[in-house]
Amino acid sequence: MEKVKKGVRLEHISKIYQDPKTGKDFYAVKDTSLTIEPGSFVTLLGPSGCGKTTTLRMIAGFESPDEGEIYLGDEPINELTPNKRDTAMVFQSYALLPHYNVFDNVAYGLKLRKVPREEIKQRVMRILDLVELTGMEGRMTNQLSGGQQQRVALARALVIEPSVLLFDEPLSNLDAKLRVSMRTEIRRIQQEVGITAIYVTHDQSEAMALSDNIIIMNKGVVAQMGTPQEIYYHPVSEFVADFIGEANFLRGTMQKKDGELAELSMDGIPLKVPFREGMAAGEEYTVVLRPEAASLGDQGGLPCRVVLSCFMGSYQNYHVMAGNTLVKLEEHNPKNKKIYQVGDTCSLLFDPASVHVL
Amino acid sequence: MARGQGAALDRKKLMADPIMVTTIVVLITFLTLFILYPLAILLVDSFVGDGSFGLSIFRRIFAMPSFVRAIKNTLRVGFVVGILSTMVGLLFAYVEVYVRMNRFAGGLFKVVSMLPVVSPPFVLSLSMIMLFGKAGLITRFLLGIYDNSVYGYWGIVIVQTLTFFPVCYMMLKGLLKNIDPSLEEAARDMGAGRWKVFTSVTLPLLLPGLGNAFLVTFIESIADFANPMIIGGSYDTLATTIYLQITGAYDKAGAAAMAVVLLCITLTMFAVQKFYLEAKTAATLTGKASRARMLIEDKSVKIPLTVLCSLGAMFVIMMYICVPIGACFPTWGYKFFPLTGKWFGQVFSKYHGFKAFKDSFILSLIASPITALLSMIISYLVVKRKFKAKGFIEAVSMLAMAVPGTVLGVGYIRGFSGGMFHTGFLQGIYGTGLILIIVFVVRSLPTGTRSGISALRQIDKSIEESAYDMGADSFKVFMTVTLPLIKDSFLSGLVTAFVRSITAISAIILLVTPSYLLITVQINEFAEKGAFSLACAFASILIVITYGAVLLMNLVIKHFGTSKNLKED
Repeated sequence: MEKVKKGVRLEHISKIYQDPKTGKDFYAVKDTSLTIEPGSFVTLLGPSGCGKTTTLRMIAGFESPDEGEIYLGDEPINELTPNKRDTAMVFQSYALLPHYNVFDNVAYGLKLRKVPREEIKQRVMRILDLVELTGMEGRMTNQLSGGQQQRVALARALVIEPSVLLFDEPLSNLDAKLRVSMRTEIRRIQQEVGITAIYVTHDQSEAMALSDNIIIMNKGVVAQMGTPQEIYYHPVSEFVADFIGEANFLRGTMQKKDGELAELSMDGIPLKVPFREGMAAGEEYTVVLRPEAASLGDQGGLPCRVVLSCFMGSYQNYHVMAGNTLVKLEEHNPKNKKIYQVGDTCSLLFDPASVHVL
Repeated sequence: MARGQGAALDRKKLMADPIMVTTIVVLITFLTLFILYPLAILLVDSFVGDGSFGLSIFRRIFAMPSFVRAIKNTLRVGFVVGILSTMVGLLFAYVEVYVRMNRFAGGLFKVVSMLPVVSPPFVLSLSMIMLFGKAGLITRFLLGIYDNSVYGYWGIVIVQTLTFFPVCYMMLKGLLKNIDPSLEEAARDMGAGRWKVFTSVTLPLLLPGLGNAFLVTFIESIADFANPMIIGGSYDTLATTIYLQITGAYDKAGAAAMAVVLLCITLTMFAVQKFYLEAKTAATLTGKASRARMLIEDKSVKIPLTVLCSLGAMFVIMMYICVPIGACFPTWGYKFFPLTGKWFGQVFSKYHGFKAFKDSFILSLIASPITALLSMIISYLVVKRKFKAKGFIEAVSMLAMAVPGTVLGVGYIRGFSGGMFHTGFLQGIYGTGLILIIVFVVRSLPTGTRSGISALRQIDKSIEESAYDMGADSFKVFMTVTLPLIKDSFLSGLVTAFVRSITAISAIILLVTPSYLLITVQINEFAEKGAFSLACAFASILIVITYGAVLLMNLVIKHFGTSKNLKED
């Protein structure tokens, strides 16, 4: 594609809806500013009702923001209708035109753009080849499997060579296995084409696997934005830590600074965590401990008691009580390790460098 | 919170779509001009018709004993017909959905549900008189009763019940099918007998639906003009009283006030049905049936119910068959054999039958595509788009459903005979074929819109959004996506509009001028004069035309329906 890649910029975007039950207005999206770099793959991730789909639909033009301005590249696009915007959307329900066959579905946007017939044919065939649907062009859409329909939807969006590709939970109607293979496929195609992509999902592993950047939304506002690693290892809030992956929250009062570390006291149990700027003695802090970052041993670390021990194949799943706090952890590759049983007392071990202080 | 910008942007986006804006403006103009304005003028007329503002006209009409009697009559008939139709409809629906029937009975049911669609609404009055009247085929010649009178209260009640119960039957059938059979099976499992299940599970679930059916028939009954006209005798209802007030007493202001009273009654019923019962029906019967229902095979239930319904169905069918046969008797009430075709001949040779059929046919043929297209556009706008005036468009096109034809007719007379607001503007359309076409369109619009809306609701919104997103404007989306997807609904809307137009009478009879001969008006005239054979001959030909149209539609849908692959260019 010879086109100049374009990014998307949202400046102080808000969208207000009316609650159908109470009749009260509320912010579906509130004062959201985002910059999406040209050519990058960005995921809007969040629980249902967090405003991610509304944001996407505002970028597509189906909804109009009540505050703020949306830019495509440097051009403000608030006033453009969806058909005049250089975006293409892949819908959750695929939204293929049921009265057209595969070829006509993909060619639809090109016909509207009055592209010469020969060129349409060429471009459609090239895209169908890219999504690996060559030979299917004569089929009606209801003769295709879910995954194939999804590919047609993707091809239809790609063929008009939009500046931005929008995905609205495109994989949620597929079964688990297909979902995994399709997301690799989407990533491959996006990188091959080099197009800017904005992807909405509530599935965190999908977001991790696909994105250059993840934007976590909650209750209409952006909770955190960053690379998958940043978000996983350095969540800014309990919400983010809890939403991405599993997390244990250990709460303790800071006692003193000890070199690079800080010493907290969790219900009297000493806890060593990395020191970060601004921590002060006497304040309470929450520490995020990922289940895979901890292990059990006979001594050292935090004294604890096992309340659940369960073999999961690739790991042993434990729940332990350390003081009054329940900690879940995963001991990977458990074959040659000591297995603790419910009721055993032992030690909870983790490397201070692998936890994160909120 | 300020929602100003979003609304302003939505407006701007709408304005960027000139075809859409034009369509909306045209629609609003049409609805205002031909539905709201005539009704408004009735209000104005009835309050200031005699020179000064006030209730004097209402006082005058309520002082007329005939008018007060007409109100009582109308409500009494409507109430009884509503109850009877709902009961008969429920019986038919229950048997169809719950009882295993043989093919014969099943066929009868199909015919019964079809008949009221294809036949002119007042045909049953004709056959009622011919079968059970003073010189009735059954009363006099079979039973030897010489003084049986079918004219009056019972005549109207029976004829209207037979005419309207299929509507209840179709409505209730849909609801019964939506009841999850496992609910009833659970009750059976807990030890309830069949009758107990019916009264404690099925009936309560159906109650709002029954209320709905009752009100719909009630409205139909009080709005009905032709049946009371033909078989009412001296038993006047509101619709006929208004007609006589305008054609007999030339009291236009009085008729306008009466029309307002009739409109108030139907609007109240309609409001209750629309806002209270429909919501309730939806609330109690949301679930789709999880699997097929075990049909009742029990002979003690099956045989009596099937026989009862089949007899009822055959009676209705016999009433309809009586019409073409009646047209073949040489002299009605005196000489029945040998059958003759002379009345059919006279229809064309003596009574301008050809012109009547041509006029009715052409006017309906022009009106039906307009109606079908308008109702699809309205449904599209209502279901798929959002804009400020949407509520207005939806409300007015639904309002038309609650307006009796007679009321509309009087409104058009008052509203257009002297031009709009008596200024002479648009006076030109009064007395022309154009106003008849407009009446046809307005009268069929609500039905078409309703079926269009339910068809469109089935289509995933994102299909149209995807086309819009791909770069199609509203017009393109409508033509390449929406219309092809609801083609079946469009075609059946086309035919329904045609059939409704060609069989319409209530509003038309007030507006037609001698330059147009319409079949229904002719039938009414001959029936009034007692020339039943001629009326029957006209009616038979009309039934053939409408039935032909329906057959043609089914054929077209079968061959070009949405199941078939349709390709662009």
